Amino acid sequence: MRELTYLEAIREAMQQKMRKDSRVYLIGEDIAEYGGAFGVTVGMLEEFGKERIRNTPISEEAIIGVATGSAITGMRPIAEIMFSDFITIAMDQISNQAAKIRYMFGGRAKVPLVIRTAGGGGTGAAAQHSQSLEALVTHIPGLKVVMPSCPYDAKGLLISSINDDNPVIFIEHKLLYKNKKCIQNVPRQMYEIPLGKGDLKREGSDISIAATSYMVQKSLEAAEKLSQEKSIECEVIDIRTLRPLDIDIILDSIKKTGRLLCVEEAPIFGGFMGEVSAQVSEKGFDWLDAPVVRVAGRNCPVPYSLVLEQEMIPGASRIEKGILDLLK
Amino acid sequence: MGNDLKAKKLYITIDGYRMEDKFSGLDDSIKIEMLRKMYQIRHFENETEQFIIRGMIHGTCHLYTGEEATAVGAISAINDDDYITSTHRGHGHCISKGADLNIMMAELLGKRTGYCKGKGGSMHIADVDSGNLGANGVVGGGIGIATGAALTCKMKKNGKIVICFFGDGAANQGIFHSSINIASIWDLPIIYLCENNVYGMSTSVKEAFNIEKISDRKCAYGIEGLTIDGNNLVEVFNAVSHFSGECRAGRGPVLIESLTYRWRGHSKSDAQVYRTKEEIRQWVEKDPIERYKRILIGGEILTEKEDKDLEKEVISQIEEASKFAMESPFPEPSEVEDDVYA
Ligand SMILES: Cc1ncc(C[n+]2csc(CCOP(=O)(O)OP(=O)(O)O)c2C)c(N)n1
Ligand SMILES: [Mg+2]
Repeated sequence: MRELTYLEAIREAMQQKMRKDSRVYLIGEDIAEYGGAFGVTVGMLEEFGKERIRNTPISEEAIIGVATGSAITGMRPIAEIMFSDFITIAMDQISNQAAKIRYMFGGRAKVPLVIRTAGGGGTGAAAQHSQSLEALVTHIPGLKVVMPSCPYDAKGLLISSINDDNPVIFIEHKLLYKNKKCIQNVPRQMYEIPLGKGDLKREGSDISIAATSYMVQKSLEAAEKLSQEKSIECEVIDIRTLRPLDIDIILDSIKKTGRLLCVEEAPIFGGFMGEVSAQVSEKGFDWLDAPVVRVAGRNCPVPYSLVLEQEMIPGASRIEKGILDLLK
Repeated sequence: MGNDLKAKKLYITIDGYRMEDKFSGLDDSIKIEMLRKMYQIRHFENETEQFIIRGMIHGTCHLYTGEEATAVGAISAINDDDYITSTHRGHGHCISKGADLNIMMAELLGKRTGYCKGKGGSMHIADVDSGNLGANGVVGGGIGIATGAALTCKMKKNGKIVICFFGDGAANQGIFHSSINIASIWDLPIIYLCENNVYGMSTSVKEAFNIEKISDRKCAYGIEGLTIDGNNLVEVFNAVSHFSGECRAGRGPVLIESLTYRWRGHSKSDAQVYRTKEEIRQWVEKDPIERYKRILIGGEILTEKEDKDLEKEVISQIEEASKFAMESPFPEPSEVEDDVYA
């Protein structure tokens, strides 16, 4: 095994699938010579050529429409939307078309489509390039939604997403792509991580933390600190697949700890963790010693200035405070 | 138009469009003012580049260097109270529309004295009071907004018009089509000004279009349109003057394609693998500032010495702006939810 960054793991998943399956192709903006806005597809044009690394004009709606149309007729597209903020431009094609086709057609069509996109803030890119819009897509029946938090998961989950016969929104995090702190051993061979399975990233007995994407890393940071400084042992659950949701892994954990803190980057109002919280109180009320609490983004657009951005997006210290408050 | 043009001086654009040479009738002071604006943009962008290199810009910036004639020529040809919408590459439009350089620079550094109180940054600078309805982080995001501003002008019969700036890349968004069609059927007073700088990020217009001229799309909407030399301030000024008159007379909208070139990388980080140094060099030779300056000096509107002094004045103005920006305070964390209403 060798160590890969998150970005390299994602690239390797696509390369390996493309070598094996000629139906898999990439479509998106600046993905060819340029290698994608974040460098994920660097070198892929050289290996696979223009036919399969399809650079498009700036036309998000058409990217998803074209990918969907080719998916129901025998191809297996991976569409890249440069920033997750721009899925809104393609929302008709995602929500009314790709997500609904299989069901609406009485199961007589399949949509093997992966939409890869970069979400999240922390880069100073401000209100229209920093959003965490997963709640928009998790609300729509017919979409699977995946948010990997580390290189190993990114590769296995992307391979499963490509192998899936249904539309998957695969939301990557900008701060993970080249993050040296999150480099991991990643097997060379292809492997799948099943969609719909969460993962315990850290075992603990005092409190459970359920988190998504980059917030998993931030939660682990807070957990380590509290373990060393206060001997508080947090169990950190990486939700990984938001839909279908593995609620059992969370319920199993609260059976042990009796407390649940949910951590996400998106604004708290109407966020995905509201769903987790509701399901846990419906199904796990008896095991809870305290209400489920959320640490999430503030209810405002992502601001530009670093001072404000850090106030909007939760970091390890806000998570730490959330843990301590919940243990009081 | 044929007859009345005989009395007035005629101007013919690169694609053969004939119009009045309004530029030649301008006061010398206005002609010099336009050069000052071009210098302001050039040096503002040079300074911004330095801030980027020094790691003082938290987000990204898209520099307008090399495209100055388009913003200055177009915006000088409309009235102060007319509207514009700008793009992610918006510093040039903003300065041309009369923005305060100190307040702009403060926004880039994320300071509370900036145009957006540090909440917007380069991609969201707006100055609604001066008619600048905002830069935009979404490619094509301003096209609908500009069309709506033109609807206001028409409904209020206030005689104002709108210039909608957008890039070649934005011309392939769906909203380009649907907005221009609406403006056409409602005769809205708006100039759609496509800044064709050869690339949308890494994608060249050759790769993104199968037509020679983006302005040829005028046919699809039954409107006027033309392609102009966007590095020639005189041509931009004349074309926009002419069509702003048409728009005010109820004969809008129009689609103008302005040919220019971005000298710098697309944004903060861009290895520019998609173009050659030679191509860049050829366009730098068509420097819009150098060309315009030669016209003014050749026409004895300005001496070499006056030109140098003007540029020096601008440079110290920009230094002043940086100083103001650096000395300004950052916002307080408690300001994060100001202007949140729901
Ligand atoms: C809807 C949308 N898609 C993609 C992007 C990323 N992006 C920012 S600028 C840009 C290129 C824009 O090209 P063009 O419109 O020609 O303007 P230019 O940068 O050349 O001035 C791209 C792809 C974006 N900001 N918005
Ligand atoms: Mg362009």
